Amino acid sequence: MEKDTCTFSYCAKPEIVEHDTDLLILGGGMSACGTAYEATKWAAAKGLKVTMVDKAATDRSGAVAMGLSAINTYIGENKVEDYVRYVRADLMGITRDDLVFDLGRHVDDSVHLFEEWGLPIWKKGDDGFSLDGFQAKEEGKKALKDGGTPVRSGKWQIMINGESYKAIVAEAAKKALEVNRQATGVAQNHFERVFIVRLFKDANDPNRIAAAVGFSVRENKMYIFKAKAIALGAGGAVNCFRPRSTKEGQGRAWYPVWNSGSGYALGMQAGAELTLMENRFVPARFKDGYGPVGAWFLFFKAKATNSLGEDYCMNEEYLADARAKYGKYVDKMGTAIRNHLMMLDMKAGKGPILMNTHHAMDAINKSFTEKLGEKEGKKKVKHLEAEAWEDFLDMCIGQAGLWASKNIEPDKTPSEIMPTEPYLLGSHAGCAGFWCSGPGDIPGTPADWSWGYNRMSTVPGLFMMGDIVGASGHKFSSGSHAEGRIVAKAAIAFILDNPSYSPKPRRSADEMAAELYLPFEVYEKHKVYSTDPKINPNYIKPDLLQTRLQKISDEYFGGISTWYMTSKTMLEEGLRQLAMLKEDCSKMAAADYHELMRCWENYHRILSVEAHARHILYREETRYPGYYYRGDHNFIDDEKWKVFTCSKYNMETGEFTMSKRDHKNLYSD
Amino acid sequence: MPSFVITEKCDGCKAQDKTACQYICPNDLMALNRDLMKAYNQEPEQCWECYNCVKICPQQAIEVRGYQDFNPLGANVIPLRGTDSIMWTVKFRNGVLKRFKFPIRTTEEGSMNLYGGKPEADMSKLKSPGFFNYEARKE
Repeated sequence: MEKDTCTFSYCAKPEIVEHDTDLLILGGGMSACGTAYEATKWAAAKGLKVTMVDKAATDRSGAVAMGLSAINTYIGENKVEDYVRYVRADLMGITRDDLVFDLGRHVDDSVHLFEEWGLPIWKKGDDGFSLDGFQAKEEGKKALKDGGTPVRSGKWQIMINGESYKAIVAEAAKKALEVNRQATGVAQNHFERVFIVRLFKDANDPNRIAAAVGFSVRENKMYIFKAKAIALGAGGAVNCFRPRSTKEGQGRAWYPVWNSGSGYALGMQAGAELTLMENRFVPARFKDGYGPVGAWFLFFKAKATNSLGEDYCMNEEYLADARAKYGKYVDKMGTAIRNHLMMLDMKAGKGPILMNTHHAMDAINKSFTEKLGEKEGKKKVKHLEAEAWEDFLDMCIGQAGLWASKNIEPDKTPSEIMPTEPYLLGSHAGCAGFWCSGPGDIPGTPADWSWGYNRMSTVPGLFMMGDIVGASGHKFSSGSHAEGRIVAKAAIAFILDNPSYSPKPRRSADEMAAELYLPFEVYEKHKVYSTDPKINPNYIKPDLLQTRLQKISDEYFGGISTWYMTSKTMLEEGLRQLAMLKEDCSKMAAADYHELMRCWENYHRILSVEAHARHILYREETRYPGYYYRGDHNFIDDEKWKVFTCSKYNMETGEFTMSKRDHKNLYSD
Repeated sequence: MPSFVITEKCDGCKAQDKTACQYICPNDLMALNRDLMKAYNQEPEQCWECYNCVKICPQQAIEVRGYQDFNPLGANVIPLRGTDSIMWTVKFRNGVLKRFKFPIRTTEEGSMNLYGGKPEADMSKLKSPGFFNYEARKE
């Protein structure tokens, strides 16, 4: 195919805005907001400039944009060491204990701040029943930081009224940025609706990070942000695999549909080392609506069974087979193993798998009536029913809509659950991300786990947080915020230790513009060739780019259509097809700013998926049964593979270099 | 699905350079038809049903119609978000109605005293665990 280049002969050249800062925060979600809050205080002494760039509006951006009904990481009365053990067990034995411990020892303060800022947190009433955030305040219940007792839905989770969770956290971050503006005299340091496409290294120091480049999604402006350090919190990757939904329902992804793999792709393009990119998360959720099941399992004590009423986690035949393949991990009954057992029942035709909400509500009804009498018991049950609906209405409104559409009342009818399409992330129950420096002060830390600056990647000056820190999952919203704050301190330390550094990106502004706006040029040059610009042999529009990626991932890399099964031969064929898709990215076409963003988002997804597939190919075992299977190595092999798989991407050649690093428990099992 | 805009109610947030729904949508879905001065969802198959456009619309002109690839018709879920709480009305396909009211925040919006009563950062602790206002837990 003839190669197109962007000379701005067909589309208008953008205005180029250069912005100099010390610390650049990429992203606007929980981790980015944490960085803004903490960095402003540490930046004050030397008058350092802090800048945040968000592709959306920070009030409602990132994974918490809709709201949440629980904070899933609050250590409270528990021990941090036990948190480390729980995270490791759920992630099949391979996590970075130093990163997880470090997270655990910091996270509670972020939760205390959220409560201080106005997030309503449930408290335990004197009668043992729960009080919502307002009732708790009215009854004079203490704040968590003063010893108040939260309502635990599980050992680590606490219940909240979280509709405005993100708006509250964003308000704090925006105020912090305002404080930094006043301290430094900078006119603007908070950029919304600017999409970052690429990071650039320094002209004088080829390994060091120097700049981030992106464009406005609202006007014809390209932005070059030059920074001494970058805190990257641009999220995980969603809609990479063909979804179960067939048409408009694909917006109803389990994780936020706008997490486009930018976090992974930006770091990969800068050459940062990845780890455990083979990891993925396949949550079992209410079918189609993907509403949360955590509260139903943990809080309402509902049980999931097959349609014959059998508990698939107790099937001795399945368990014996699983133990033979996956060994000791089976009896820990982590999330992956439970998925595995559920799918065996589904494949045996014993579905649909049901969450027996009606039995749980029956049991609660009985116990409340016995304890409180008929009248008071009924009142409490009604309150509980509202709490069940709030679980959806706070964080997955579409599921409430689906129940209403299907006339499902949870006290009368069970609901179907189902494993979703795969997701790539590192802050929820997954751990795909970058190899990062740990804090260094945890006894027994191996030398290659820490190189001076906490959460710095292998690229000097480039720090990772939230979904893209590898081997350290189960942070969730609060942990991501705390991790952003950890990054703030480390990045400020890095900046202060390198006072003479003045970033100079390796590419000229004109070269950058030609790269970023190529999809405009391609579209404008070719669009008149056909009568319908949607169908044109000279380019590919972003929606079809995504569709083709999803089809390749699904069919070759272990998506839903093969029951998450893949192998060396399947992966190799998929990678051949992916290589052609990557080539076709030079023919991406965009008719407006919205499509220009979609083009680059999907390019970011493609890079994320390639890393995922290369890692699955490299790890010759099935470490995460229930998430994916290597049919040619369908077992766990601790002798050979209880290691961190690592890789580096070479942006110039498109090649990956794979390697291993030793794993070690810093805390006993 | 997708959020949709009720023609009669939408006024295009006139007099502003962009509509409230365009401002807030996390996925950049809401667009303004400048000829009609009405907003619309330009990419419904990428809508997460997060309801942020519904909640922010000053005219209450936006609602959500369930994804038709799996939702039977006839239900709806409508919020009314106030300053400290939110009311929800859930209408089932069979007509059953449920109403809920939940707290959303315990402080007034914009009232946050961000660093008030908190210590200054102790620069000697920049490379130690902990935050400017918090000593990290030991166990």
